[in-house]
Order: sequence, then structure tokens, then C-alpha cells
Amino acid sequence: MEYIVEMLNITKEFPGIKANDNVTLQLKKGEIHALLGENGAGKSTLMSVLFGLYTPEEGTIKVRGEEVVITNPNDANVHGIGMVHQHFKLVHNFTVAENIVLGYEDTKFGFLKFDDAVKKINDLSDKYKLKVDTSSLISDISVGMQQRVEILKMLYRDAEILIFDEPTAVLTPQEIEELMGIMKDLTKEGKSIILITHKLNEIKQVADRCSVLRKGKYIGTVEVENTSVEKMAEMMVGREVNFVVDKEDAKPKDTVLEVKNLTVRNHRLLKDVVKDISFEAKRGEILCIAGIEGNGQTQLVEAITGLTHVTSGNILLKGNDITKFSVREKNNAGVSHIPEDRHKHGLVLDYSLEENLILQSYFEEKFQERGFLRFDEIRQHAKKLIANFDIRSGKGPTTSARSMSGGNQQKAIVAREIDRDTDLLIAVQPTRGLDVGAIEYIHKQLIAQRDAGKAVLLISLELDEVLNVSDRIIVMYEGEAVGEFDPKKTNENELGLYMAGSKRSEA
Amino acid sequence: MINKFKYEFGFLPLFILFALVAPLIFDVNTSTGNIIYSTVLVVILFSYIGLRFKDWVVNNIIDAVFYALLFNVIFILPGFFKDNETLLSADRFVLIVMTIAFIIYKLVGKLKASKSQRLSENKTLVDLSGSVISIIIGLLFGLVIMLIFNPSQAFEGFWIILQGGFNEGFRSLGNTIYFAVPIILTGLSVAFAFRTGLFNIGASGQFTMGAFVAIFIGVKWGFIADINPLLHWFVAVFFAIIAGGIWGAIPGYLKAFNNVNEVVSSIMLNYIAMYINVLLIKKYIYNTAYNRTYDILSSSETPGLNLQHLFPNSSINGGIVVAILTVYLLHVILNKTTFGFELKAVGLNKSAAKYAGMNSKVNIVKSMAIAGGVAGLAGALTYLVAGKFLIPETVILSQGFTGIAISLLGLSSPIGVLFAGLFFGYLQQGGYYLQLLDFKPEIIDIIIAVIIYLSALSLFIQKFVIKGLKRRDDKNQQSEVIEGSDV
Repeated sequence: MEYIVEMLNITKEFPGIKANDNVTLQLKKGEIHALLGENGAGKSTLMSVLFGLYTPEEGTIKVRGEEVVITNPNDANVHGIGMVHQHFKLVHNFTVAENIVLGYEDTKFGFLKFDDAVKKINDLSDKYKLKVDTSSLISDISVGMQQRVEILKMLYRDAEILIFDEPTAVLTPQEIEELMGIMKDLTKEGKSIILITHKLNEIKQVADRCSVLRKGKYIGTVEVENTSVEKMAEMMVGREVNFVVDKEDAKPKDTVLEVKNLTVRNHRLLKDVVKDISFEAKRGEILCIAGIEGNGQTQLVEAITGLTHVTSGNILLKGNDITKFSVREKNNAGVSHIPEDRHKHGLVLDYSLEENLILQSYFEEKFQERGFLRFDEIRQHAKKLIANFDIRSGKGPTTSARSMSGGNQQKAIVAREIDRDTDLLIAVQPTRGLDVGAIEYIHKQLIAQRDAGKAVLLISLELDEVLNVSDRIIVMYEGEAVGEFDPKKTNENELGLYMAGSKRSEA
Repeated sequence: MINKFKYEFGFLPLFILFALVAPLIFDVNTSTGNIIYSTVLVVILFSYIGLRFKDWVVNNIIDAVFYALLFNVIFILPGFFKDNETLLSADRFVLIVMTIAFIIYKLVGKLKASKSQRLSENKTLVDLSGSVISIIIGLLFGLVIMLIFNPSQAFEGFWIILQGGFNEGFRSLGNTIYFAVPIILTGLSVAFAFRTGLFNIGASGQFTMGAFVAIFIGVKWGFIADINPLLHWFVAVFFAIIAGGIWGAIPGYLKAFNNVNEVVSSIMLNYIAMYINVLLIKKYIYNTAYNRTYDILSSSETPGLNLQHLFPNSSINGGIVVAILTVYLLHVILNKTTFGFELKAVGLNKSAAKYAGMNSKVNIVKSMAIAGGVAGLAGALTYLVAGKFLIPETVILSQGFTGIAISLLGLSSPIGVLFAGLFFGYLQQGGYYLQLLDFKPEIIDIIIAVIIYLSALSLFIQKFVIKGLKRRDDKNQQSEVIEGSDV
């Protein structure tokens, strides 16, 4: 069998860690090859090696049977390797065509041959059924179309080998469906695809073969057709994984959080990003706000937690109006918040773990005495949480948060928020970017909090999570609540239609 | 409860009790009596500080005793020895030996404090070697410049620069310290703001405001000296700090509440301070005969604290004590208090600080006010000296800008800034003695500027240090694999 790309016995070391330990990846021409692994398993490192961002210590790379040395992304382009990054690398105030051409401009006497470029883009877009509007600005088009722009960018550079890094994270079910179709079409045209993901269903759906990495080591390559999802998960995690979240039915009690006609206006965009939303979250239930990224969920949470000003409407916590409270006052009144972006909001990365664990409570009597921090208490507190929540780190309480793995950073935040023991726990995409083991753990914690009689408000983009964990679902679209569902009586498709705005229930 | 007893109910009353009762029991004015008196007081005080802050600067009774001995050697003994040159020399010798021994002891302790086996994760080692290497590079560059301008005397001149503050023994050492004081303080000002994520480029303006207010009070408010001669200096310094603090708080306020970039607003305030300074000098304290400010009254001069015996014929005064106290105070604020915890969080990650409910706006104002106050203090200590004047000319005083370099060289840590400032003073003394050779004064300034400039590259050099150390570490533990890091 002919391999178009072979990465043989790649070893890439970072200080203290072998990110890739003797990993072999062989990509056949015209196949979709999934690269599966937990976070920190070394998938990104392996692809960075292929893309020329890292130089491996050992091992060889062969493209079309010839041994090559790739030292930077331009080399990779020359060999026909292109990458669709998880976070799109597009210039927002450039048009689609300009973005595609950027960095690969054809010129004549120093002038851009732009018309030729547009023609080439249109040809490509017809050939691969990648519908884009070349003259719109990136900021005006949907996320799905932005992704198509990224794909066209690679095709424009005549890439034969396409790397997709977690491409479905930001898409609706329908868009995912569409992307899967595009990927299959691409392989029909002779392109070869490496798909980096930890979503097993997608692998099952499109991939031909799947290579699994675990902790930097190569575990094996399997034919997807003959392998069950459970088997692949086990290869990835190294043990059996429980997919179905065990939980009893919710027993909702009194209302903890009441949001009444909440509106948040973004003064820069001059539009209401949250429009007239009302809902209640009760003790003993997990209420989930579902929706595609950027439909006002972030602002809704920011309004509830005090990070953003409320334009109109009221927020009541246990019957008290907390609309105008500051973040600190809301924290003290009983709001815990697992933030969406753990690096931006959740942690001070250059602080140690123990310092991060007291981020909102350092001023409490327990941790300070007349303005001086009580380091012994802080250390005790950290040790307790590390033990209770199984936070793993190199140097225990004094590890700098930056050097911890994503899963453990998230565990630290979850530990901190749960330990504050408030009535309302808001979790925004708590499992984002985490591996199966950590996701399982965090879901269990959320359910445990629910069972302990707290109100849990979960904001999630992952429909699996929405359907498995929550007890009640509200779908947000363009800042409005467009429908409320019982997870037992709905399915991905129905939710997807509401999330994409093509359906709404009139309240 | 036990802690409270240990701290407040234990040490402070002990301190006050001894301070009051001891003079009744024995004569504290004899040399032995005085030494015992001060030793016991300093030991109690430092033991308290050590237990209270659990800090590497003072962390056990040995440290406390050491500081007490050092206190005697510097401030008490020279007073008794002042007529006997042999004893004074012996005292200086003891001082040098003690200081060097103690710095080595502390350094080794701090280097060993790192829990990591890996050298590249030892922050102290990385910081220190970064600074040392960049200083060496700076010095070599200085040598190159000397070779270009005056090749025949370059090596001789380089040797003089290396000798720096030791060119004339304790006299030049005293001058080193004297010149270092304002630089240490402006460096602290920049460093403190920097820890809150602010770039205080306006230290010069704050310095100027502090300087003017100090001189004004030193010249005009002689009535305070009539109440208590010591009070005059304190009042002058106090209002200088306030003036600098206000001048720092203005850009802080604009930054926090109107999102005006503090770099722009504080640079502009440098000019405003400069012109206000000229205006006010000419209006209130202008000595037209010499085109400068009037002499300050002797009661407002910075006290000498016996240092002039130890450092004969030098300009040294008690300013260094104030500077060191400020260094330690800011060190404690940054590392030991909830306030410092907030400030650093705001500096490192503003969004996370906001998420955690910290009021970053107020913290920005506070941080800039403190930074300004420290720069104002620098202005006061520079000019509350006999024979120092402000001249009403439209030039921005350079100390604030030097402070930026010192802050970089000291890696924005108060203790680092202290040593960086002393290093600068040391070089300046070297430059002073370089005039013995055929070097133009401007060239000397250029050489020093180049050395400081390159020395401030320590952050850049650190990257290479880390790389080198990592290679070593990896060799040492080739087969070990540590899990759990995102790549």
C-alpha cells in the first residue's frame, strides 16, 4: 500500500516530558485518518512536527516515499501539507478572498493579480462544494463559512495533505454534518486528511483508520469500521470508559436564581446581545443553556456574575435582588462561577496553585489577618483541595498554574468553586478541551452538586453534554431564549434546528 | 489566638518594655550599655518581623542577631570609635566581612530553597545568572566603547570602572551609597507600578514634585524646627511623598476610570511637573543671585546617623536607611499582604482579577499613588541635603528614567532593585574616577549608559540561561518522564 505521509518513530522531547515517544503515523493516499488521544497525549505536538513548528529529536518523515526535512510551515506548504487550525487564523476585516490569498499572493510588477486569484478561488469552491462569498468580510460570515475559508486557504495553496485540528468544536450539528460531507468529497478528489479529534462519534462517521496516542506513546492503529467506539475510548484512556452519565431524576426544590427580562446591550456593537431573557434555576436541578458559540450565553453569564452591566431586567438570588451587586458582592451572596476561559478568567497563570485556590477568598478571615496573608492556612487549604479533588501537579501547592495540564487546571477551578459551597454554581463549558477521563469526572462533580441541593446552571456547546447531564434545556439564539426542552423528550436534531435559528417556539 | 499572642501580645510589649525599663536599670549612654540596649531592641524587633512575615529576609533568630550586630557595627560603634582611626578601620573590616558572609549565606539559602531538582526551574538561579551575565555583557560593551574612544587608556580605565566604589576605599563607597539612594527609590517606584501591570514612565515628574515640595518646606517652614528640630525633616519628607503620590495618582485615575494609557498621561505630566517646578521656584524660593533655590535650613537636612564616621569625607547620609526600609516595606506589601496579592493578580491577569471580584480600578489608582509617593520620596532625599539645589531650568530630571533601567535590571522585585541601584551607584563612582584619565565626561556617561542599557537585558538573557540549564537537566535525568503537562 502506498503511503503519502509517513512519520516513523518520531520522538519529541520537552524538558521533563516526552511529548512523542517513538510515534509512527502512516497516512494512505485518499483516506481520512483520525488521530485520537486525550489532551496532552501528544497529538498537537505530532502535527506540529509534521507542520514544521517543532524539530523532532529522533525519527524520520517521508512524504510520497521520499525522506524530507521540514523545518518551518513554508517547507510544509511546499510538500503540500496544509492545516486547518482549531482557532481560525483569519484577518477579520479582510474579505474572504483576501484572507485566502494572504501570504501566497501572485503579483505582476509588484501589483496583486487579484482577479486571477478570485477566479481560482471560485473554481475551487465549485469543485469541492465549498460555498463561500469571496467579497464578504470575515467578520460578517458564519463560523461554518469561516471554516470553509480555512479549507479553501489550504486548497488554494495546492495542499494534498490536509490536517484538521478539532474542526467540529465550534459548529452546529448541521454544520458538522456538512463538514463531514466536504471531507469525504475531498478524499474522493484524492486529498488525504488527518483528523485530530477526541470525539469518537465523528471518527466512527468519517474516518477510515484511526491512530491512538496516549501520554505521548503510540498505542496502535485500527480500522474504524471493525472497531467499536468503546474499544477506541479504551485505547485512548487506557481503561474502560462510562459513556452514559449515571444520574437519578432531578428533584427540583425552591428557586435559587431567578432571571427576569434580562437585557444586555453591547455599546460597541450597538445591539442587544442578550434580549429579554427570563428563567428560573431551582435547587437540585441542572439547567442547561445550549446554543452555538457567540449567541449571548457568555454575556448572559457575565451579567449574572457581575462582569458585565445589566441594561435592564432583574436578577434575583434566593429572592434578593442582586442585579446591581459587584462581582465580589455576588460571590459573597452565593454565586460560584466556573468560567468559560480558564486562562483568561479562571486562573492567574503565574500564580501558584495554592494562590489560585484562594483567588476569591483570600480576604476572608480564614486566610488573612489584618491584611497579612496566612500562608500556613493557605497551604493547608490547598492540600485539602488537592487531596479531595485529585488535582495532579508537579510540585503540589507551589506548582505554578501555567505548568499544569489543562485537565488539572480545570479541576483546580472546579475544586475552588465547589469548595466555596454556594447555592448557585454556574459552569460555562466546563469540559471544553478536556479529555474523556476529565469530562467524566467533571460531569460527576456537577451531578453531585445538584444532588447536594444546589442549583447548577450549565452553559454548554456540546450537545452530548447538554443531553446527558442536564435536567432542563433552554436554547439561546441571537441573545434570545428560543425554546425550552426536557432532555428526555428531545434529540440532537431538534436542538440543532433551534440552535441554528431555523425554528423557535413562541412563548 | 496563639498566633496573636506570639505576635502582638508577645513581642511588641517586650520591645516597649525593654526600651523604657532598660535605661532605669543601666546607663545606656556608656558604650557597653548602648550596645546592649540597641542589640536587644533590634533582636526583639527582627524576631518579631521574622515570625510575623515568615520571609527569607529575616527568618530565624540567627538572622535577627546578625542584623542586630550589623546595626551596632554601622550605627553605634562608629559613634564611640570616631576619634580612633585604628578602631574605626577594624570596624569597617568587620562590616565588610559580615556583609559579604551574610549575602553569601542568604544567597545559598535562597538557591537551595527551590524544591525542584531541576536547575532550570530554580527561579533564583535563573534570575541571578541572567542579571550577572547581562552585567558582564554590558561591561564588555563599555570596554569596547572605551577602546574606540581612547584605546591607549582603555584597559586602565576599565579597571577603574570595575573598581567603582572601591577606588578610594570607604569614601567612594559612601558616595556610591549616596548616589544610589534616589535611583533605588525611583527604580522601586517603576518596579512597584510594573507589578500591577502599569508602566510608570512618569517617575521623573513625581520626583520633581517631591523635590520641590521638600525644598519648599526645607526653606520656608522653619517654624516646625522650633517645635522639634527632628520634625522638620519628617514633615518635608512626608509632604514630598504626598505630592509625588498625587502626581502618580492622576495618571492612575485616568487609566482606571477613563482608560487613558498611563504611559502617555504620565509622560505628559513629566512636562507639566517640569514647568510647574520652574514657575513655583521663581515665585517662592528663588535665589536670584545664584539662579537656584535658596539653601534649605539645616534642621531639614537628612540626618547623618553616624554614617559619616564610617564613610569619611563622603556625602553619605541616612537616606540609605530610608531607602532600605522602603524596599523592605514594599517587599512585604507585595509578597505578604492581601493588598499585594490583589495588586499582583491585577498585574498578571486583569480579567482573572475582575472575575475574582477584585476592584482593579481602585487598585490601579492605589498602586500608582504608592509608586508616585516613592518617587516623591526619592526627590525629597535627593534635595534635603546641604549644598543641593534645584535650578529653574526646563530640563526633565533624569532620575525617573534611570529608575526604569534599574527596575528592569532588578527584575521588578524590590530587593533586586536595591542591588541594581547600588550597582548603578558603584558604576557612577567608577565613572567619576575615570576623569583622572583622559576621558571626556560625556564619554563616561555614554559608557555607563551603555552598561546599564545592556544590563537591563537580563530578561532576554534569562531565556538563554533557561535553555542552557534545561539542556543540563535533561542530561541528568534522561530516562525519567514526567507526565501531566500540556504540549
